[in-house]
Amino acid sequence: MQITVLVLILALLTVIGFQMGRTRAAASVGGRVVELHSVPSYHGFYVALWAGLPALFLFVLWTASEGWLVMQMVLASLPSRLTTGDTQSLSLLKADILNIAHGISTGRESDPDVAAAAKHYNALHAISGWSLLVIGSSLAALGLAYGRQHIGPDLRARNRVERVVSIALIVCSMVAILTTVGIVLSLLFEALRFFSAVSPLEFLFGTHWSPQMAMRADQVGSSGSFGAIPLFAGTLLITVIAMVVAVPIGLMSAIYMSEYANPTVRTWLKPILEILAGIPTVVYGFFAALTMAPFVRTMGQNLGLDVSSESALSAGIVMGVMIIPFVSSLSDDVINAVPQSLRDGSYGLGATKSETIRQVVLPAALPGIVAAVMLAVSRAIGETMIVTMAAGLTANLTANPLEAVTTVTTQIATLLVGDQEFDSPKTLSAFGLGLVLFLVTLSLNMVALRVVQKYREKYD
Amino acid sequence: MSVTAAKSHYQSEAFARRLRARYAAERNFKIAGIAAIAIASLMLVVLLSSIVTKGYTAFWQAQVRVEVTFDKAQVEERNYTAILRQGLYAQFPEITERGARRTLNELLSSGAPYELEAMVTRDPSIVGTTRTVWVRADDEVDQFVKGYFTRSGPEAERRLNDAKIAAVDALVAKGALVQSFNTTLFSAGDSREAEQAGIWGAIVGSLLTLLVTMSLSVPIGIAAAVYLEEFAPKNKWTDLIEVNINNLAAVPSIIFGLLGLAVFLGFFGLPRSAPLVGGLVMALMTLPVIIISARVALKSVPPSIREAALGIGASPLQTVTHHVLPLAMPGILTGTIIGMARALGETAPLLMIGMVAFIVDIPHGWTDSATVLPVQIYMWADSPERAFTERTSAAIMILLGFLILMNGLAVFLRKKFERRW
Repeated sequence: MQITVLVLILALLTVIGFQMGRTRAAASVGGRVVELHSVPSYHGFYVALWAGLPALFLFVLWTASEGWLVMQMVLASLPSRLTTGDTQSLSLLKADILNIAHGISTGRESDPDVAAAAKHYNALHAISGWSLLVIGSSLAALGLAYGRQHIGPDLRARNRVERVVSIALIVCSMVAILTTVGIVLSLLFEALRFFSAVSPLEFLFGTHWSPQMAMRADQVGSSGSFGAIPLFAGTLLITVIAMVVAVPIGLMSAIYMSEYANPTVRTWLKPILEILAGIPTVVYGFFAALTMAPFVRTMGQNLGLDVSSESALSAGIVMGVMIIPFVSSLSDDVINAVPQSLRDGSYGLGATKSETIRQVVLPAALPGIVAAVMLAVSRAIGETMIVTMAAGLTANLTANPLEAVTTVTTQIATLLVGDQEFDSPKTLSAFGLGLVLFLVTLSLNMVALRVVQKYREKYD
Repeated sequence: MSVTAAKSHYQSEAFARRLRARYAAERNFKIAGIAAIAIASLMLVVLLSSIVTKGYTAFWQAQVRVEVTFDKAQVEERNYTAILRQGLYAQFPEITERGARRTLNELLSSGAPYELEAMVTRDPSIVGTTRTVWVRADDEVDQFVKGYFTRSGPEAERRLNDAKIAAVDALVAKGALVQSFNTTLFSAGDSREAEQAGIWGAIVGSLLTLLVTMSLSVPIGIAAAVYLEEFAPKNKWTDLIEVNINNLAAVPSIIFGLLGLAVFLGFFGLPRSAPLVGGLVMALMTLPVIIISARVALKSVPPSIREAALGIGASPLQTVTHHVLPLAMPGILTGTIIGMARALGETAPLLMIGMVAFIVDIPHGWTDSATVLPVQIYMWADSPERAFTERTSAAIMILLGFLILMNGLAVFLRKKFERRW
């Protein structure tokens, strides 16, 4: 609530600041705005920035640190019998306090001290909210007054405002870098925690995957085992099936559309592939699980084959269909980039259209097509919903497409869904898998993008 | 053709044979191209038609007419179940035995008493009167009326036993069991009972998430594109940013979910299942898409515009904000809408940050627990009941409807404002 009010006050003050700066600048030269260094609206922006920016920084810093600070104060006030424990019990305690404070039932009888701590937490939180509101709005008002003082004919308002804007632009373009850094760090950090419990060699080369941890120490098979080879094999199997479907169909449609189809036909065919590309993956997953899997199963039974109801084949085929437009639009670009002179030369020697395509256009476009297929492979490896819904959950080291296999993404999704505890090797293993997935797709993409770029330069 | 071809005359038999073979190869190649496109189109048709045929019946829901008397004492006890059952039993005076009456009870949705309660809350003056009300039938009855369950075969293997079928037939014959438009689907949140489940909660969750995504990724994306395209010096650093953005666009979406889980939930301690977190993750995911399309749009504005503006004394920033950006806006908007459409259909990263929870209430704020439309589809697809399969397909149709709307808007904008320089 306080945050909404604060945002409204800040918005109001910046608008007032803008108006004030503009009118004051015009008044300072008696309405002859040509005597100003910058046009009045830049003076307006100048004051508005003074009103808005410091308060915005305070707001961001405050909200980022508030939760941690308040929690530390709460923990400090707790009796020591609760706070002396290992990190795991401490994080559990924090989660309990947060849950009770937010009115979520923890499902068990709560310690009266914890309940009191939750109350304390809420009180501190409210105090913090109100003080942020008061301090934030006064900071904005101060900034406004300070900026307003500077207004005058000699103020280089435009240069200053543009400087702030260009810094803001640079910061925005760095968000993408920060995202990558965030991905790498978070994956690395959690994966290292996982690898401190499970050896990387066992993870990468082990052939038995059963991440279930025991509830009690004396339970049979209590350790859980994290050999990810079956997952890699399952991912590979489904990817290969998807590529077998997507590459010929995607490539041939691209060839037909760019070399044979006349423009009218193309305007009708292109949207079909675009629609295929626009369908959400969860819809493909539903289709794979409820239409394709029973169909494949019945077909298999008619042929006397034993097909699992979660066969790799059905998930792979549907994934292939999903990737067709991806392959076809990338190859379309590549084929169109082959210079017309190459084709004309081939026609001039008497080659037919298909001979020209097979012996001139495709070899010339080959690097680009290979890159397109690599991008498609990286897409297939990272695809989650189709395999989560239509492929199996149990690890199975097989090359038989009629059996159920599981994939890396399926395991990541199932390991992390609905699981609150964040410390067991079971949940952390998802980050290990995520790291492998990220590195594999990243290297595929890097190489493919480099190849595409080289290829473009060749014919530009 | 080999060198020996020079020996044969162009009218020779061998020549004609080779020519026929070459033309046949040409024809086959072309047919292969057509076949590829035909297969792709066929898959699209099969996909869409399987969803429509599975799901169109979900827009109707069987309703049962019951004459109920809102007895004052029972209303005060809030015993709406009894009120409803008395009305139901009155339609079957011949059935008095306990077990048979239990079968009758199962005809109605377990949520039907709450409908009566809602009626009384809305209009307390109906207490003491007898009204004709339509209440939702149980999902199995609903599916039976729609013809999905057989009425023949061994009784033990059927979803509905003989007594229930007889009761349903009697109601249908009296006109007391009809299918009407399924308003619940569009107004309710999730439920374990198919006939009470709706997608409104998921739609609101999707809207909240998308609003967060849009308010972050659009301004940041456009700003980054403007910087990279208009101001950035060509050096190693900007090359790095560029390569980075291109790679980020191809990172699997589930990785963004892991990032959200580790950073937003783990490090910043934001609440699970919240549209705020979902929107943040989606914003990071759509950012590269928006940056790339905005850069293309900026690139298509001819340099002469910039030179003219600079020539009459505009500063570089004024050139961009007054001239280049407005001219590139249609292209940027198109790219943005397509990016948003992709975010609307995305599921995997949201599973990671807990938006997959079972949530009955309609979310009201950024930090309420919520789910989104694709995740709702994912959860319903897991439910074994036939009625949920139907509703999943209906939800997919609605999701596709939103996507078609957004993409149609993008195409319209492109057609209307596109400029060829």
